[in-house]
Amino acid sequence: MSTVTLRNIHKQYTDVEIIKGIDLDINDREFVVFVGPSGCGKSTLLRMIAGLEDISSGDLLIDGERVNDVPPDKRGLAMVFQTYALYPHMTVAENMAFSLRLAGVPKQQRLERARDVARILQLEPLLNRKPKELSGGQRQRVAIGRALVRNPKVFLFDEPLSNLDAALRVQMRLELASLHDSLQTTMIYVTHDQVEAMTLADKIVVLQGGVVEQVGSPLELYHQPRNLFVAGFIGSPKMNFLTVTVSAVNDSGTTVQLPGDASVTIPVKPSSLSVGDRATLGIRPEHLRLDPNQPTLTGEVLVVERLGGETFLYVRIAGGDTLIVQTDGDNPSRTHDRAFVHINGDFCHLFDQNGESIAKTRRHHLMNETHEQPYQNRVSYQAE
Amino acid sequence: MSSSLAVDRHPETRPPEQRTRRQVSTLPLVAPSVIALLLWMIVPLAMTIGFSFQRYNLLNPDAREFIGLGNFTFILSDPGFWISIGITIILVVSVLVITIGLGTLLAILFDQEFPGQGIARVLAISPFFVMPTVSALIWKNMLMHPVNGLIAQITRGLGLGAIDWFANLPLLAIIIIVSWEWLPFALLILLTAIQSLDHEQIEAARMDGAKPIALFRFVMLPHLSRAIAVVAMIETIFFLTIFAEIFVTTGGGPGLATTNLAYYIFLKALLEFDVGGASAGGLIAVILANIVAIFLMRSVARNLDT
Ligand SMILES: Nc1ncnc2c1ncn2[C@@H]1O[C@H](COP(=O)(O)OP(=O)(O)OP(=O)(O)O)[C@@H](O)[C@H]1O
Ligand SMILES: [Mg+2]
Repeated sequence: MSTVTLRNIHKQYTDVEIIKGIDLDINDREFVVFVGPSGCGKSTLLRMIAGLEDISSGDLLIDGERVNDVPPDKRGLAMVFQTYALYPHMTVAENMAFSLRLAGVPKQQRLERARDVARILQLEPLLNRKPKELSGGQRQRVAIGRALVRNPKVFLFDEPLSNLDAALRVQMRLELASLHDSLQTTMIYVTHDQVEAMTLADKIVVLQGGVVEQVGSPLELYHQPRNLFVAGFIGSPKMNFLTVTVSAVNDSGTTVQLPGDASVTIPVKPSSLSVGDRATLGIRPEHLRLDPNQPTLTGEVLVVERLGGETFLYVRIAGGDTLIVQTDGDNPSRTHDRAFVHINGDFCHLFDQNGESIAKTRRHHLMNETHEQPYQNRVSYQAE
Repeated sequence: MSSSLAVDRHPETRPPEQRTRRQVSTLPLVAPSVIALLLWMIVPLAMTIGFSFQRYNLLNPDAREFIGLGNFTFILSDPGFWISIGITIILVVSVLVITIGLGTLLAILFDQEFPGQGIARVLAISPFFVMPTVSALIWKNMLMHPVNGLIAQITRGLGLGAIDWFANLPLLAIIIIVSWEWLPFALLILLTAIQSLDHEQIEAARMDGAKPIALFRFVMLPHLSRAIAVVAMIETIFFLTIFAEIFVTTGGGPGLATTNLAYYIFLKALLEFDVGGASAGGLIAVILANIVAIFLMRSVARNLDT
């Protein structure tokens, strides 16, 4: 059992407040990912959990016990740093066994433990090397090994993969996922990589400016973003936003007027919006279709980005907004072509003037079991 | 891109690398400085070697004659010479220990955040800019003077009486003065070294359960070892030739209590006017210094490797 609970956590540096009251429950064996733009306080929050930063106010509970004033090494946590932070003058084995050495474990025993962990991470042939004789991926693995040796209740990762190249990042991501699967410990992971967040997390915490914007499973954030910020932050390329005017409100949906006369009905519950109000319509690039037969909007293709398997079109529509449309790799569109974009109201999100999302009439079908069994969710998601 | 265009348009202006390498000799250009340097070094060294084999006393310059190794055997059998070597070693080692020990400690302190940090750092480093003669005079007349000195006034105020530093603890007094002058140097180098320590390493060690002493022993000290070796090497080279501080304060006394090798040679040459003996002593000093330097270089080079 190892849970982490944050109760109204604040962090104040001399005159600026960086963390502005965060409440969060992290369950046993959960993989929680903190995401957010640079400078939003992800690292600060993680370091407060680790005990490397003081908590200005609020309570931090680990397994139900308040640990605000417990020193870092007594909290039963282990942290993996972005720069690995290996001790350069020690060998891999000594690096991994350092915490045991400080704890007074006899040499024989601690080297044995280091060897056991090295076996899990396939580091055995490297045990006698110094960190500078290792590749980036190997160093990262040693850093993980050093954390593993301590048998922590909770693992903390601060952007552990961001110094690796793209291919290695994918590989390490898979290794982390299987490590979590085999260890079944609680893990807290900071990243600003969308893919890492979506693939690894049981629960994603979106932070901005020191407050939590939304907490939920990856699919929940994708399908039911709570506000404009989360909608724009999750998903790549970014969700398209259009300013619209409400033209009709019904129980089954709200009809909005798009720039250039077309209108779309979005299946959302009736809300504070009434006819004539301005609102924001959001739709992801992958949900837009090019369809000359039923065009909702027409515009001019400004840029064509071909990734091979898929193509992104940047289309300027009447009123000057630019839409990103994801189409398949075989799409023949070219720059300055006319594009006919079809918007399906079922895929649209609607946000009121405050940027808050308006609840849909139906939940997404993959999301029905989410809340009851968070761990199952990851499995089903990956299998998808 | 524009530069590559320019080159293409004027291919004839491309620098003819071959010519500069092969045909233009750089020897005439560096020759003047090489020659000047050679003269600068070789002439005094040759003269010193020449004198060291001669009986040559300025009180009786006419009696100049070749005496082979006479000066060397005389010096090496002079108990004063061996005393001066012993004092040199004591002086060098104790100042090294003090400056590096205190320097490391202060470097760690100054690395912490505290109000007035900038000013404190400047103040801590400023003694290095005071020339040795002046700082020795300050210590002699304002701090360590048995009647007017600040230290004496404080101890007397406490009812402990006063110490006459230069009469009773002359070598310690010199050690204190030289340490005061060189502590800033050690501090400066060690502080920059400590600032280059990756902060995450310290945090990782804290997570691993390192208390301050273990942190120092296992993370900071290994990181500082290079810088410490460099400081030790540079300081040793300077400490072997400490002169001004002794000249200004104790004059090598009482007796030979503060006579180091440099001062011994000075005594020979200028107080006994024995040019031959002083040259022989100087050559011995050069040889000793080179031996020390070779050892130091080796150990530092090995340190820089790892
Ligand atoms: N010691 C400090 N004093 C004052 N402000 C600080 C201090 N440390 C961090 N901050 C501020 O706290 C904010 C959050 O920093 P933090 O490192 O947590 O960001 P982050 O979300 O991890 O960003 P990134 O994704 O770039 O790592 C930043 O605006 C930063 O300027
Ligand atoms: Mg960060």
